[in-house]
Amino acid sequence: MTAMTEAPSALTRLGRLMADNPLLPLTLLLFLLIGVLAVMNPAILSLFWAGNTIKIAIPLAMLAACQTLTMLTGGIDLSVGTVATITAFMTATLAPLTGVPPAIAVALACAVLVGLVNGFGVAICRVHPLIMTLGTALIATGCLLVYQRYVIATGVLIPDFLIWLGTGRSLGLPNSLALFVPFAILIIWAQRRSGFGRLLYAIGANEEAARLSGVRVWQVHLTLYTLSSLIAGVTGMLYLGQIKTASLSLALPLDLPSVAAAVIGGTSIFGGRGGYGGTILGALILTVLTTMLTLLQIPEGGRRILFGLIILAVTALFIRLTERS
Amino acid sequence: MPDSADAVLDAKGVAKRFGAVQALRDASLQVGRGQVVALMGANGAGKSTFVKILTGVLRPDSGHVKIKGRESTVASPAGARAWGLVPVYQEPSLIPDLSVADNLRLGDTAMEPFRHWVAELGLPDLQPDAMIRSLPLASLRIVDLARALAMEPDVLLLDELTAALPTDLVARVLKVVRAQADAGRSVIYVSHRFTEIAAICDRATVLRDGLTVGDLAIEPGIEERIVEMMLGGAVAAAVTEARPGRPVASGTPRLRVRGLRTGTRLTDVSFDLHKGEVLGVVALEGQGQDELFNVLAGNRRASAGTVEVDGRPKAFSHPADAIAAGLTLVPGDRAHALLMSRSVRENIAVPLIARIRNWGAVPMREEAAKVATAVETLQIDTRAQGEVRRLSGGNQQKVTIARWIANGVQTLLLFDPTRGIDIRTKRQIYALVRDLADQGAAVLFYTSELAEIRLACDRAVVIFNGRVVDVIDAAEADESTLMRAAYGLSERAPA
Repeated sequence: MTAMTEAPSALTRLGRLMADNPLLPLTLLLFLLIGVLAVMNPAILSLFWAGNTIKIAIPLAMLAACQTLTMLTGGIDLSVGTVATITAFMTATLAPLTGVPPAIAVALACAVLVGLVNGFGVAICRVHPLIMTLGTALIATGCLLVYQRYVIATGVLIPDFLIWLGTGRSLGLPNSLALFVPFAILIIWAQRRSGFGRLLYAIGANEEAARLSGVRVWQVHLTLYTLSSLIAGVTGMLYLGQIKTASLSLALPLDLPSVAAAVIGGTSIFGGRGGYGGTILGALILTVLTTMLTLLQIPEGGRRILFGLIILAVTALFIRLTERS
Repeated sequence: MPDSADAVLDAKGVAKRFGAVQALRDASLQVGRGQVVALMGANGAGKSTFVKILTGVLRPDSGHVKIKGRESTVASPAGARAWGLVPVYQEPSLIPDLSVADNLRLGDTAMEPFRHWVAELGLPDLQPDAMIRSLPLASLRIVDLARALAMEPDVLLLDELTAALPTDLVARVLKVVRAQADAGRSVIYVSHRFTEIAAICDRATVLRDGLTVGDLAIEPGIEERIVEMMLGGAVAAAVTEARPGRPVASGTPRLRVRGLRTGTRLTDVSFDLHKGEVLGVVALEGQGQDELFNVLAGNRRASAGTVEVDGRPKAFSHPADAIAAGLTLVPGDRAHALLMSRSVRENIAVPLIARIRNWGAVPMREEAAKVATAVETLQIDTRAQGEVRRLSGGNQQKVTIARWIANGVQTLLLFDPTRGIDIRTKRQIYALVRDLADQGAAVLFYTSELAEIRLACDRAVVIFNGRVVDVIDAAEADESTLMRAAYGLSERAPA
């Protein structure tokens, strides 16, 4: 009990500040990183660089939205990279055969199907989301390989508007903001002001209490994982326009960073706390970090090791600071 | 009372404080060789704390516990075992995912004596490789007891052992326990059941408010004296605050329960609850009241019986069904009811967004108004803004009630709503319950504090052993009447 009466240490006070107002220290960290970057290479900082960073961060931030929403309930969605890859690959390979709109419709339908399977497993069979989404990701990847073998690919067509969205700029700003800004506003609005968003927090904070208050938790889970896959599918198309190649592992490297962005952004992996605002900052922080590592001019292997270590260190530090209070 | 020098177990002057609550002030217990001593006390008398100290789960602040004349410095259950005291707790202490034999191995219990005792206790067919998870609760109690007996303890402590047992097993158990004492061992028998105590105990030690208030030899007619001792001065109190009970309303009741049964504890409960009525539920711990409230709240299915709301039969498969029928539960454990890491407002507003048609935009102004009304009605102190976990216990309890006030109450199921909260908040809750009833709500009010029946209720049903054994008007519901009824001593035909 004596610890309670002592003045809180600087670390606990910082933790409390971060728990109450998580965006503040995140913004500071982001600018600190940009500062370090400026010292490393003053020439790099420009409006063009800023636009580029934002452009690269957007697909990551959108996949991290899936993690944020599922993590609010205490879950996770590790199939987002796979779903994004599938929709991108299918859009690009079906478009020459069927035309662009049907290709997109089929690709998104596949994304929704994966989401429904995830939701069914988590909501009704009560499989842990980690296992469920990893499992469906594996199955979906297998299906993609089968699809690749049996559909006679007449070539790859990446729709023009996706290229415009993914790589184009207007007034110096990346066009993908035209998709992302409304998306981010919608997510932030929904988590605060919609019944569905509030229920995510309620289930994450205390599923039993939510149930006793009349919430049919399975409905929320089913909707949530379907929504998550749909977001991942849309992200896959945007990513296709940005990378401009259709590969079988297009968005897979984004899986872990998407989780890290949400966690760095202050969303608790145990559910009930966090929000999308922090996740966007988390995605920007990770993107700036990547740029820094690229500037270090070390071999790819070393860069990956360093990136993994930094993600783990920052995540561990932020969990420690915010979960304590 | 045996001379404490030759007592096998001798506890004296035991005191224990938890924060602001003095759970035990001066508890003592002497158990001689070959004796069965009943340890009795009403809810909150300090019985469970005392048991935990005797078995080494808790350390006393002061006082001593001697086993066989030596100061017992047990600080762990394993320590207690080494000193010769073996407890059998109310909840089976077996690992569900291991077999019976593996559980025995964990506790270093020999198989042969265990088999002997299991057979003796009426379960000769028990397979040692059966998974604990697959066994019914009654068998687990027998396994627990047989394991304890196989350790050949000097002192056996049995905590509400018979609560989940069918009558034939109870008879076996009582016989074995008595035989233990006749063979020279000692037994501490914690129970609410006078018939069992009369059958096997030599003496009874009675606790009240953390004090040992009596140590009596068991003889015919001793029940009344024990009840008086458990109540102490409380019998005369609180009469002035009683309200006149209102006449029982006629017509279709808001809630009609007939022959409700589920699990092993709730066997046959029937009652009517009318609009504008506060119906108290009186029961000792574990008599089926938890199951009753869970069934009514849609949290558990009934295996038999009917529930009618406004004359229409209902079956709930989810709390949402019960809520749709107007039955709303305030659970006994606030940890089950609250979103501790969310705000007061979000906590109160959960039912408003629970259904799919309310998943869209939250009407913020309307919600704020509803929450504000509920907060005002309950006088919740919201100075501690932010997370509900930062509120006091009383304010947290008010938040769990406010959740159902915000949208209008029809039938409120309150499970021990005043447990562990201060007297001022308690009074506010009584007044609120009355107001709600006066506005036409029906309230089912389980309480572990008997005095509350007169303060808040119109009538009370008494549940014992899973059945309604009595219905008492609030005007007649003094504590000794309720206590006798709750102990199954004054069984009358339910009205």
